[in-house]
This record gives sequence, C-alpha cells and structure tokens, in this order.
Amino acid sequence: MYRYNDFDRAFLAERNRQFRTQVERRIQGALTEDEFRPLRLMNGVYLQLHAYMLRVAIPYGTLRSAQMRQLALLAEKWDKGYGHFTTRQNIQYNWPKLNEIPDMLEALAEVDLHSIQTSGNTIRNVTADHFAGAAADEIADPRPVAELIRQWSTDHPEFQFLPRKFKIAVSGAPNDRAVLKSHDIAVEIVERDGEQGYRIFVGGGLGRTPMLAREVRAFLPRADLLPYLEAIVSVYNQLGRRDNKFKARIKITLHENGLETIRDRIEERFTVYKAQFGGIDQQVLAEIETHFAPPAFRDASTGTFEAAYGNDPVFRSWVDTNIAAHRRADHAIVSISLKAHGKTPGDASAAQMRVMADLAETWGYDELRISHEQNVILPHVPKDVLPQLYQALKTAGLGTANIGLVSDIIACPGMDYCTLATARSIPIAQQIATRFDQLKLEHEIGDLKIKISGCINACGHHHVGHIGILGLDRAGVENYQVTLGGDGTQTASIGTRAGPGFSADEIVPAIERLVLGYLDLREGPEETFLAAYRRLGAAPFKALLYPEAREKAA
Amino acid sequence: MPRQFTPKVVTANALLEGDVIYLTADDRWSRDLAEAEVLTDEAVADLRLLDASSRHAEAVGAYLADVRLKAGVPQPTHFREEFRRTGPSNYFHGKQAAR
Repeated sequence: MYRYNDFDRAFLAERNRQFRTQVERRIQGALTEDEFRPLRLMNGVYLQLHAYMLRVAIPYGTLRSAQMRQLALLAEKWDKGYGHFTTRQNIQYNWPKLNEIPDMLEALAEVDLHSIQTSGNTIRNVTADHFAGAAADEIADPRPVAELIRQWSTDHPEFQFLPRKFKIAVSGAPNDRAVLKSHDIAVEIVERDGEQGYRIFVGGGLGRTPMLAREVRAFLPRADLLPYLEAIVSVYNQLGRRDNKFKARIKITLHENGLETIRDRIEERFTVYKAQFGGIDQQVLAEIETHFAPPAFRDASTGTFEAAYGNDPVFRSWVDTNIAAHRRADHAIVSISLKAHGKTPGDASAAQMRVMADLAETWGYDELRISHEQNVILPHVPKDVLPQLYQALKTAGLGTANIGLVSDIIACPGMDYCTLATARSIPIAQQIATRFDQLKLEHEIGDLKIKISGCINACGHHHVGHIGILGLDRAGVENYQVTLGGDGTQTASIGTRAGPGFSADEIVPAIERLVLGYLDLREGPEETFLAAYRRLGAAPFKALLYPEAREKAA
Repeated sequence: MPRQFTPKVVTANALLEGDVIYLTADDRWSRDLAEAEVLTDEAVADLRLLDASSRHAEAVGAYLADVRLKAGVPQPTHFREEFRRTGPSNYFHGKQAAR
C-alpha cells in the first residue's frame, strides 16, 4: 500500500497550512463567501442543507487499518459519530464546523489522507476496482497505475480549472467492477500477445445526459500512459465548453466534435508530450509498484471453513452472498455490507469502523477497500478465519448477507443532506430494503441492483441500475421516476425510463410489483432480472409498474 | 398583470456551523423559523435580502424563501424548506434534535 514520502508530506502540510489561514480570514470577515468558496471547494468543503460537509478522498478505495481508525476518530471527535461512504470511494462527514475543519485535515494528514480535489473542476479522486490486488480474474493490480495518476493529477498546474469536473477510473480485470464506462477516462489493463497495456475509454458520464465512454485506444503500451492521459485532458481543457455548465463535460465535447476528431487531436498532442515526459513517469511508477507488493500470504486450511459452511445455514447464506473468489484458493474476498435493512446505505459508525479496522489488522493483512457500491471489503482473508470473522461482524451489526441483492442499494444522500437534491433518496432505500426483508424473498430474487439518485446529477448511478430510481420535484411534491435495464459492468447499458413517476407513497409498492412480477417472468432462478429484461424487453415490466394502463388497454 | 408577491422570509446558513438561520425584524439571526420577519412587500424584501447578504461574516448564501402564515406564524410552503427547518429524516440530528 502506498505510503507518503517526504515530498508528499511536505506538500500536504503546506496545503493544510494555507487552508487554515484561509479559514481564519473567512471567519474574521477578511474574505467574502464569493472569495472563499473556490478555496474551500478545492479542499473538499461543501456547504450543504443543514451544515458543512467534508469529503475525504480514499484513493482507489484502499485503506489500511490505521487510516480507517483515523476516519473513526474524525467521525467521533468532529462529527456525530458516523461517516458516509460514497459512490466515488470517498467518505463524507455531514456535520463539521468550519473552524474545526483545518484540525480534521491535519488529523487526516497524519495517516496520508486528504480532501484535495474532491470538489471543483479538477481531476477528482481516482477510483478503481474494489477487489484490486485480490480478484481471481485480475490481469494486474490497477492500484500502482491509479496511484501514479493520483500523483500526476494532484495539484497539476494546468488542470486546476478544467471546464468541468473530471473522473478517472482504473481496472485490471475483464469483469468490470469499477463502472469504467461512466467515467471521463477509463483505463482498463489488458493483455495482448503476453504484453500488458491499456485499453482507453473517453467520454463516459451519467448526470442529465448519460453516455457510455467510447474506446479511443484499443491497446496503449504501458510506457505511454501518462503522456496519453495528459494529451486527453489537455485536448478537453482546450475544446471543452465553458459557456454552458450542462455541456461542459468531456462526453459532450466528444459528442459535438466526433470521436475521430478528438482521437486525432489526442494523438497529435500525445507525440508532443511523449517526448516531454522522457520516461520519468516510468521511474516513478516502478517505485510506486514496490508499495503494492502482495502481502505474504500464509497457507490456510479450508477444513474449518467447509465444516461451518456445511453445518451453519446462516453462515452459509452470508458466504454465498458476501464472499468473492480470491486469487488464492485458500483465501477469500469478504464484502462487508453497509446496507443493514432499514439503515442508511453507506453509513458506518465510528465503532463499526474500528471493528473493521481491527478485523483487517488481525486477519486481513491490514488491508481494507471501499467500493463504489458503498460497502467495505476485506480483500485478503484466509478461509480458516471466516467463521470467526463472520461472528465478529454480526456482533457489530455488520453481518448483513445481502451483497448484490435487492437491499444492497446505492443511494446518494439526497435531500436529507444535499443542496442540489430535488427529492430524498435515503428513506426510499430504507423502505425498499425493509419491505423485501419482510417478504423474505431477496435470496430467491437473486442478483438485482437498485440505484437511487435524488436529482438529475445521478450520484446514485440510477442510469446503470437494473432498476434505477430518480427523485424529482414535481410541482412541489417528491416524485420518483423509474428506469429499467441499466448495467454498470463490462456489458454496460444506460437504463430506459419506464413511464410516469410515482409519489413517495407509491414508489415502494411499485418496485415490489416489479420485482415480484419478474419472478413470474423469469425462465428460472438462474435468469437474473437484467437477463430477463434483456430477453423480454420493457413491455412486460412496464405492465407490472402500471397495471392501470394495462387494464385500460384491455 | 405581475404575479402577486407571496410572503417570504430571509434565510441563510450560519457561517461557523452551517446551521439554517432566519433574519428577524430586529436584525438578529434566529435558528427558529417562527421568529423570522415575514416580508409581504417586494421592495422591502429585496432590501432586507441585500442587508442580509452584506453580513458575510455571519451568514452564507442568503435568499428569500416562501412561507405561508398559520395563526400568524410562518410555515414553509415547500418540502425543501420543511427539511431545512427540521433536519435529515434518517437520523434525529440537526434542528429537530436542538429543540
């Protein structure tokens, strides 16, 4: 795992010192809000509905236990005892006071964390596959490259005032767990003739104009990555529209100029930058790679695990949903659900953060990951400790067996916290999860991704939910639109709007009709909701959502 | 005919806590909507908003929010303002806890 060197520490200390004096000047009245706002946003400080919010980057979702414990400390000391893990592998604190935020940033710096570029029109936190370094299907660990991109993009002098925010994701596996195609740039590690390189996508994004990223290079040699990324961002910096906020993302630049034009311009800039970089980036990458050497895995016997799996149905159910295949047969990847039924998706208390940190330190080689699906992952767990681990998680309220199921819902903070929101998301997620828990059907329903956003900006990824829910304000009343057939994986697709929206009272029964109706439509338990939707088309699913329309048509 | 001016209050967030605040008739910032000065004249409302916006060492993002009067006490007309004066619905935090 990457550890800061003297340069990183000095840079961060200086940034924090600057921000502390900026906050002081704001409080003294020497800076107006208009002057201060861009400064606080550069440091991840938002003003939300009820309070300030501090967004802390968790680069490529990777944490060690000491960092998780510090996140717990922040939650306890400067917030109300919890933190909210987001869909961009960040953590947000909802209740800090402005004059205390500099202290929070200093506490974060002690464990190599910061909130720089978690807002503003800059390159944001670089995200990655949350199974990075552990997954059985991985070609290479994407994190060294993600760290290289983090270092390159942090305080990059040319890219502090881009036309709009800019998001980069990296994955090293054919199964896309990082929603690559919803990013401004996606880097996929691929192999060709035994050589590793990168497949590069540009121009993805959700929001009001959802678009899937398009391939600009099928195979980029390893040594060319940073100059090529620099070329992409510089072309965008020049061509991206600054006259209209809604047309400023690179997806629109690509759409308006055409893939060929953009690709030609990127290649043209690339030849210039390639010469300028001169290989220094590869030296840095080689150094970074030493930080990401896999842990010294111990051999684990699988006997106790198999016995518990055979004898204990509750443990078995948790294993079946929350465990993924590790690159070693005697280890497992454990997903810890932050989606206990009826609770806020992505929230963890300080006590829970400490439990997860302790478990990672004791049994998991000191490693944790945060997923864009708002869960926590222990990437390396020897199978012989899984029964004990499960008991410890259960005691801490972290034993929910629902990864990938109907109650594992992504939800943005919505109008419970966010100033941009047009409706609430969290209560809808809570009600859906509670309802399906009552029905005791979620394991039978199987793989189903529900994603909820409280406004058109789509932080809740509703466009790529198998079922997406978008909260809107319709004439002063909360209203929820449903999209169907979205997919955020390697078979990505943008969901299609099913029809008129539902009131806050109607949306949960509508989702229940839809999901229960799917059980009748599917060919068997192995046909997922998405597969059934793709086979049958929208019509039978719309009929489930809008039975009145069906009756009228009959 | 121009649209009739509906009653409003000046609201903002407190500089230090970010807490929702309302401008009172005697130029204080109150945490309680009931204490807010209700503005029924558009010209006066614009002036009060200008005054409030200039107090940048106390408040952030002042704007005029619609209210309706119930027994003489201002009430929010939109759910967003209702949430602002109450707090989030997933935890008993924010204003609802301070009462």
